[in-house]
Amino acid sequence: MNLAAIVFLPFLGAIAPLLMGGRSRVHSTLAAGIVTSICIGLLLSLTPAVLAGDIPNYLNSWLPSLGLNLAFRLDGLSLLFAGLILFIGLLVIIYAHYYLSSKDSAPRFFACLLLFMGSMLGIVTSDNLLLMWFFWELTSISSFLLIGYWFHQSNARRGARMALAITGAGGLALLAGILLIGNIAGSYQLDAVFAAADTIRNHDLYLPALILILLGAFTKSAQFPFQFWLPHAMAAPTPVSAYLHSATMVKAGIFLMARLLPVLAGTPEWYTIVTLTGLATLLFGAYFALLKTDLKGLLAFSTISHLGLITMLLGLGSTGAVIAALFHILNHATFKAGLFMIAGIIDHETGTRDMRKLSGLRHALPFTMVLAVITSAAMAGIPLFNGFLSKEMFFAEAYQQDLFGGLSWFVPVLATLGAMLSVAYSIRFVHEVFFQEVADDLPKTPHEPPLMMRFPVIVFATLCILVGVAPMLLASGILDVAVRAVTFATPTLDIAIWHGFNMPLLMSGMAVIGGIVIYISRAELLTFSRQFDSHDAKDVFASIVSATTRFCDNLMQRFENGSLQRYVAFLLVFTLVVVAPELMAIVQLQGSRPMLPVDAISLVGAIVLMLAALSTAMLHRQRLTSLMMLSVVGLIVSLSFVHFSAPDLAMTQLVVEVVSIILMILALFFMPQRIPRASSGRRVARDVLLAGTVGGIVGTLNYALLTRPLESISDFFLANSVSGGGGTNVVNVILVDFRGFDTLGEITVLAIAAAGIHKLLNNLRPFMPSSDVDGRPWHRVKHPLLVQTIAQAILPLALMVSVYIFLRGHNLPGGGFIAGLVTAAAMILQYIANGVDWVKSRFDYNYQKLISIGVMIAMFTGVGSWFFDHNFLTSSFTHVHWPLIGEFELATAILFDLGVYLTVIGATLMILANFGQMTTRHRPRQEGY
Amino acid sequence: MEILYAITVGTLTACSVFLILRGRSFPIVIGLTMLSYAVNLFLFSTGRLVINELPIIGTSEATTDPLPQALVLTAIVIGFAMTAYSIILAVRVRGEIGSDEVNDYNYAEQEGQR
Repeated sequence: MNLAAIVFLPFLGAIAPLLMGGRSRVHSTLAAGIVTSICIGLLLSLTPAVLAGDIPNYLNSWLPSLGLNLAFRLDGLSLLFAGLILFIGLLVIIYAHYYLSSKDSAPRFFACLLLFMGSMLGIVTSDNLLLMWFFWELTSISSFLLIGYWFHQSNARRGARMALAITGAGGLALLAGILLIGNIAGSYQLDAVFAAADTIRNHDLYLPALILILLGAFTKSAQFPFQFWLPHAMAAPTPVSAYLHSATMVKAGIFLMARLLPVLAGTPEWYTIVTLTGLATLLFGAYFALLKTDLKGLLAFSTISHLGLITMLLGLGSTGAVIAALFHILNHATFKAGLFMIAGIIDHETGTRDMRKLSGLRHALPFTMVLAVITSAAMAGIPLFNGFLSKEMFFAEAYQQDLFGGLSWFVPVLATLGAMLSVAYSIRFVHEVFFQEVADDLPKTPHEPPLMMRFPVIVFATLCILVGVAPMLLASGILDVAVRAVTFATPTLDIAIWHGFNMPLLMSGMAVIGGIVIYISRAELLTFSRQFDSHDAKDVFASIVSATTRFCDNLMQRFENGSLQRYVAFLLVFTLVVVAPELMAIVQLQGSRPMLPVDAISLVGAIVLMLAALSTAMLHRQRLTSLMMLSVVGLIVSLSFVHFSAPDLAMTQLVVEVVSIILMILALFFMPQRIPRASSGRRVARDVLLAGTVGGIVGTLNYALLTRPLESISDFFLANSVSGGGGTNVVNVILVDFRGFDTLGEITVLAIAAAGIHKLLNNLRPFMPSSDVDGRPWHRVKHPLLVQTIAQAILPLALMVSVYIFLRGHNLPGGGFIAGLVTAAAMILQYIANGVDWVKSRFDYNYQKLISIGVMIAMFTGVGSWFFDHNFLTSSFTHVHWPLIGEFELATAILFDLGVYLTVIGATLMILANFGQMTTRHRPRQEGY
Repeated sequence: MEILYAITVGTLTACSVFLILRGRSFPIVIGLTMLSYAVNLFLFSTGRLVINELPIIGTSEATTDPLPQALVLTAIVIGFAMTAYSIILAVRVRGEIGSDEVNDYNYAEQEGQR
């Protein structure tokens, strides 16, 4: 439990500085510091157990079906990293308190820092590969926020974007690799993966998985050729650089390689790829560190170089190499965090980080100089400092390996060359900044910073010396368990300052001498490097991104040219492509179901239907004719419902048909009166072809369906309609009872559509002609007497019919939908015959209210069943058992139907009355009419 | 009978698809309405074609499948709501930009009348 708390506390704690928002910076710092301290306390409480060889763990399933568990473990490797993350994190928080200026938002900074800390802790303690990946991505996101902290600076934004793009892309590759590994091992839990190590190494997919995982690790740890994002991430505030690029973010890739070393290492693929990449990165970083003029730039490339060194050691993979790698992780974290902070102090005190301007600071910053000398000496690998020890071990490993056969000798030679460069840039860091003549054109006059700002650096410098002098005392305990977690073997640790005269010592000596020589002759080196064009990685990256965007844009333009017709055609073609092969797979189109004979009336009906449909399509430019043809189609559809035993459908279709046609005729008034001949012959041909194919496919599908035997779930409804729903009209019982919830959704949709239409008609200034298409003005008689009389006579009759249909609906064809439509149609007739004002003066009812009441009645009928301890919309018939029940049951079902009834009336009338009133209110008239 | 029914549904679909592919809003609305007829007929026919077997218990010996009918009934009403919405949308667009052209303005410009 403590273990999970260590990971989750920083996430919770990230809120604390934000809550302190308005207060002073001290509060934010304190909040962040306290959270970190608690985590350190928790970690310390677990440490004795880990050092004793236990592996505390925590397991809780999260998405077990995906193999994702909330599983944490704290073995030696995790302890080493978690300790670094928390300890350095605390010092960075103290440092940042003094570093941030009053203009910077401290709460945001500390919140992001804690988020990042939690994500890093998650990576190093995860016991599940998927969970680890999850935290891995979280570090990408939170580091994006940290690098882009000064988001008003364009280079911070660009640096942050680049870091996110590269590490994010690497993260995706890593996910693919983890999925492969998990698939091979059958689990994502680390123990299971470790157990399946041999299976994984011998699997066909080993190489792809290895490459994908290494892509993730190399991008995160800025290995060649993905190193270019790291120098640009230096746009971040210095505390962030100190934290991300010394101990945490870039070490995540190293951690990943160490974590999976037992599974992936030991093959030629592993050591070839990893060792050579590490070596290349080591040299590349060291060389460019020597050329950089920016203090942080120098440190960034030096970080790349040291990461390459560690990667190379992991690539060698022997126990000794692993010891050296882990020891160097520890040492690099201490001296590099210190160096970054020193760079920050110099920047803070002088106002510049440019080494061409900085010089002679030994008088102004004597104390800082001492710290810089110590940490740089550790970086260079001078004896008595911690960097010397791990570098010595690195030389030993490089010298001893024989992985590359006859060519193995080039590894120690190049390693020594890298070390020489490392010595040279370390000297440069100290010599150019603190020595030489005193600079007099600095933006600010430097003073020693406050003691507490120097305090974290003092801690790091002290550690560099103490570990350098007494390594076995201070580091052996943690290294022992960490190495055991990586190699599964008990290592024999023997770190000593003096091993006698041997090859590694000679290499160290050569490195120091060579480094001094290189530094002295740096002028020639600079001249040499000036011959090459320097590409700014940011510009290269930006041009790659914009080229990709342009390519995608062009591709999109091909499809998205603004023609909706074309989009629809694409969709249809795609549908055909998907459906046609399925139909081809059917061996026999006609199924086994016996067919009905064709009678003469059906034949005539079908022919009329088809002719009407064809005329609708062909005469679509003659709007009214086309509409009339459409109404013929609708009528025959409703007749066919009558024929095929669906009286409810027939009635609904009939009334809906009437209402829709009225609506469309109304709409005609506002639409252009002439439709110009629009489509070219080619387009018509294309459309006819497409339409014919779609129609043919649909017809074929329907035929295949119709001739196959029916297997339905409706037997349940038929059997329970009377006993369970209390009605004989099964269609209606399904609507108001069995599937009542669907119906509730349906009337809600209707209500929403009506509300949307109401909104669309708001403030509409439609086009309205004052004459018909041939120029004849509208007739002056708006409401012919004959229509008025008939309409008024029909109204009571229609209302009576609708009530009758409504009441009988549960047992005979009818119900709320149909009755509502009939009432609405009768009302619409009044509007047509007498005009909006006439109706309003007699029947002034707010249709929105009617709709709301309808939906609410239906809903509360459903809620009502809760009071009887039953599920939403349960029919009361099924659960009340005393004499008056029959009546009561009928009441609830009909209540629900009443809601449907009112909603349908309200929605239909709102649509038509609102729309129709526009024609009467604003109709333009011509003189004399 | 089944083959006749299927041909009818196919014809309705073809005509409506043709109308939907037009470049003006009114034919498209008509096409959508007709397509909803076709779809309703198709859905209805999943209960197969049955004559004189009302889904009302007690009226005949056998009953047809009531479920497709219940689904199609609500589909008709929702289809009406959709038709109404698209009509009003077309009117609104005509009011706002003065045209019933459905294609992107730039596209219509560059390709001429359609």
